[in-house]
Amino acid sequence: MTTPSRMPEPYGQGSGANLADILERVLDKGIVIAGDIRINLLDIELLTIKLRLIVASVDKAKEMGIDWWETDPALSSRARRDELTRENAELRERLARLEELEPGRAQKKEAP
Amino acid sequence: MTGLRYVYAVCRPFGTPLQSQLSGVAGDPPRALTHHGLVAVVSHVPERDFAEEPLRAHLEDLDWLTETARAHQGVIDALTTVTTPLPLRLGTVFRDDSGVRTMMEAREEDFRRTLDRLEGRVEWGVKVYAESEPQESARPAQKAASGRDYLRQRRMQTRSHEEMWQKAESFSTRLHEKLSAFAEDSRLHPPQNPALSKVSGRNVLNAAYLVPRAHSEEFVEMVDRTKGEVPGMRVELTGPWAAYSFAGETT
Repeated sequence: MTTPSRMPEPYGQGSGANLADILERVLDKGIVIAGDIRINLLDIELLTIKLRLIVASVDKAKEMGIDWWETDPALSSRARRDELTRENAELRERLARLEELEPGRAQKKEAP
Repeated sequence: MTGLRYVYAVCRPFGTPLQSQLSGVAGDPPRALTHHGLVAVVSHVPERDFAEEPLRAHLEDLDWLTETARAHQGVIDALTTVTTPLPLRLGTVFRDDSGVRTMMEAREEDFRRTLDRLEGRVEWGVKVYAESEPQESARPAQKAASGRDYLRQRRMQTRSHEEMWQKAESFSTRLHEKLSAFAEDSRLHPPQNPALSKVSGRNVLNAAYLVPRAHSEEFVEMVDRTKGEVPGMRVELTGPWAAYSFAGETT
């Protein structure tokens, strides 16, 4: 069948589209209209905080404290810095433990 | 059936009837409510689920939300095959038909402007996942023999992570540039959380592109050609969606 506007078969929906694809669209995109039944959209965002699952828009998400991608080293430079800081602390701790194991050094430290 | 009115979308009148087996969010088939030359696609929903209190409670329930979101999307999807719908956000509910008509009058100008802008266009979702290589995500299996070994292992881990990240970033940037040049408009969404998407790999690009139907085939081929271009990068295409990501800019 040939129609003026050719439309490829739907790819993802139902099969390939995951729940996050659907939720990020129906909850966070689309036109906002205040209906007679007032659900504060914040209610939806409360849910997201509880579940840490749904991603709201970046700004909103940050406001609400949903910023897991910022703390993921694979996704953010700040997180990579944090990772380095953490690693540093870990190494320092390790060094301290090693020094404790070396009696000579430890004694020198104790008796100045 | 009385009850409340759940509105899915607003569109221009369309000749083709909606699929008869289509059931809406509460099982009631959606119907067209025409007013001032525009159509609101509406179904009846019971007060016990969609009045303020129960609706709020339901939204806290991921199973209910999932089912409702899928039903909502199902109706929008069906509309997309016959017209260009303006999808409304999930949970837009009115007391009765006259409430819906009043809303349509109040927003008439907006609706027409947005419908003109989106006419004949669909949204395609493109995501890039960096497939994590098993040896880099796992902690070193063998215990470091010395502090120096430990440091070396950590350094190598960090470096390969860094390389993976750079590769993912440059691939995603190039892909996004190429696709946005072809599309009429584009949006970048935050990366998806694997807990919800249930897919493997790290989502590094999550973008939506507005493409005329007539150019969709070409767009899909363009995306397909990038699949397998760079090892470790998985490209995923979803759609055609109604132009969800491009509908909400009327104000």
